[in-house]
Amino acid sequence: MWAYFSRRLFIAIPTLWVVITAAFFLMRLAPGGPFDQEAPLPPEIMANLKAAYGLDQPLWWQYVNYLGNLLQGDFGPSFKYKDFSVTELIGQGFPISIQNGAAALFLALLVGIPLGAMAALKQNSGADHAAMTVAMTGIVIPNFVVGPLLALIFGIWLRETIFALPVAGWNNGALPNRILPVICLALPFIAYIARITRASLIETLRTNYVRTARAKGLPFRIVVLRHAFKSAMIPVVTYLGPATVFLLTGSMVIETIFGLPGIGRYFVQGALNRDYTLVMGVTILAASLVILLNLFVDLAYAWLDPKVRYE
Amino acid sequence: MTSVLAIDNLSVSFATPDGDVEAVTDVSLSVEAGECLGLVGESGSGKSQTFMAAMGLLAENGTANGHISLDGLDLLSADEKKLNTVRGERIAMIFQDPMTSLTPHMKIGRQLSEVLIEHQGVDKETGRRRALEMLDRVHIPEAERRLDMYPHELSGGLRQRVMIAIALMCEPEVIIADEPTTALDVTVQAQILDLLMEVKANLGAAIVLITHDLGVVAGLADRVAVMYAGRIVEQGSVADTFASPVHPYTQGLLDCTPSLDVETEALETISGQPPNLQSLPTGCSFHPRCPHVFDRCQTERPLLERTPSGQSKACFYNGAEAG
Repeated sequence: MWAYFSRRLFIAIPTLWVVITAAFFLMRLAPGGPFDQEAPLPPEIMANLKAAYGLDQPLWWQYVNYLGNLLQGDFGPSFKYKDFSVTELIGQGFPISIQNGAAALFLALLVGIPLGAMAALKQNSGADHAAMTVAMTGIVIPNFVVGPLLALIFGIWLRETIFALPVAGWNNGALPNRILPVICLALPFIAYIARITRASLIETLRTNYVRTARAKGLPFRIVVLRHAFKSAMIPVVTYLGPATVFLLTGSMVIETIFGLPGIGRYFVQGALNRDYTLVMGVTILAASLVILLNLFVDLAYAWLDPKVRYE
Repeated sequence: MTSVLAIDNLSVSFATPDGDVEAVTDVSLSVEAGECLGLVGESGSGKSQTFMAAMGLLAENGTANGHISLDGLDLLSADEKKLNTVRGERIAMIFQDPMTSLTPHMKIGRQLSEVLIEHQGVDKETGRRRALEMLDRVHIPEAERRLDMYPHELSGGLRQRVMIAIALMCEPEVIIADEPTTALDVTVQAQILDLLMEVKANLGAAIVLITHDLGVVAGLADRVAVMYAGRIVEQGSVADTFASPVHPYTQGLLDCTPSLDVETEALETISGQPPNLQSLPTGCSFHPRCPHVFDRCQTERPLLERTPSGQSKACFYNGAEAG
């Protein structure tokens, strides 16, 4: 098991290298550079700036340099936020994104699984159709529509009532400031998880072993919880890997709408500003998380399905 | 002797997008304590569904009409809660496919003991001890170690033994074995049949053996009922049925069984295909495949009647070519 774990982590190194290399050169393919402004800088100043950040060197040399620094844990300085290193920016933004993402993930599981399970157990009933309609709506309406709508309802229409909620800002993590972004972030995931849970549980309830459990005379509740539920969760866990990465690395849309200083916003701004090092830093963070969480998902499989053993 | 399980005029139909399909029609059967009834028929003849109805395990689109009485308790009108007090406790079922019929993420011991814990309220230790005894009883080697194994760690034959052990946990009055050997290797089949014989001899339960394999019936059953297209076409003692079948379909089935005594080039078959349940032939459902068919068979349906030899058949043909 530990041998498997360390082998997987070892395999992650070349994967990360490929991601870093691809991101590095793709970034440079985009026109413009970090110091372009509406009013062009005098060529001398531009040349000095480029020299200061090493951008006057050949591209392959910049690449080698970047990799060298990376190996020493140095993500480099931000080109735009001049007093900060990329590590510092991630250090500021990532905890906020993690908190929101974890809360949204928790909410999505807490609501999505029971909703999907209920729909599966009352298959084709009114409750099932209602739940799945809501879920479908949650999936098809993009969160850049839901976000402003929630802001409109809770920030403007209900502003005189006790339901009024702040619609922007982090306010050092005050609870009311977190509610709308977390709900907005969780909604599509609630919907997906509910749908996956429903489909998977319906399938599991049709298996021969559930029939055996029923033939034993076990109450239906126990048949579902003890015999069907664990197997039914396998597709949900599969989905959770990528979903968690998305939630933890912050939704740029939601962080922008609600004005949260999370890492997703840095990513968008970094890309727009051609802040090469910042974008690279966030990309590497996200790629590492994908690798790590997929590993956790694989470990979760072993718990859900005893046939899966890692040696 | 009184019958433990009596099925009376049972019909089972399934609602499909193309209309209702009747899988079982007017079936009446009974089994006595200590007796083994063999129920024979091709795939789709309704033999499994007859007893799925008894267990309350029909698919959601299935409905059953008639009466199924377990010692006076009508199983068809019982609600789920009432059914759960008898399923596993007084009537148990052994399923066809041992590879998929055990819960993959639960240890064997727990899958056995939960039956006792549910029905007899024993504690976990007692449940585990009784599970161990039961695994010994169905001759599973190294039973102690198997208790903590998962189903995928056992072979198909061992898994079927576990299925049988689960069915025996509460020593039920009726055991329904639905094609218990179909999914297994021939050598393993023989072992499982030996085990079922042993169960029959020791337990005194009524056993229903559902199979398409006449050899299995000959070895194990006391009585046999033959189903075709949802109806019983012949019923009688195993000795009589094998010696002198009274329905042409049974005769055909017996002719299909390869024999070691007679040298033959090709395997006998019954010509034609089993009928589509949605468009059954008029009259006797078997008439398009019957070697003795005559006019009456095509318009009128024969009822199950006793013959002078004490057997029952649903057939107009009486040995001499009529019409």
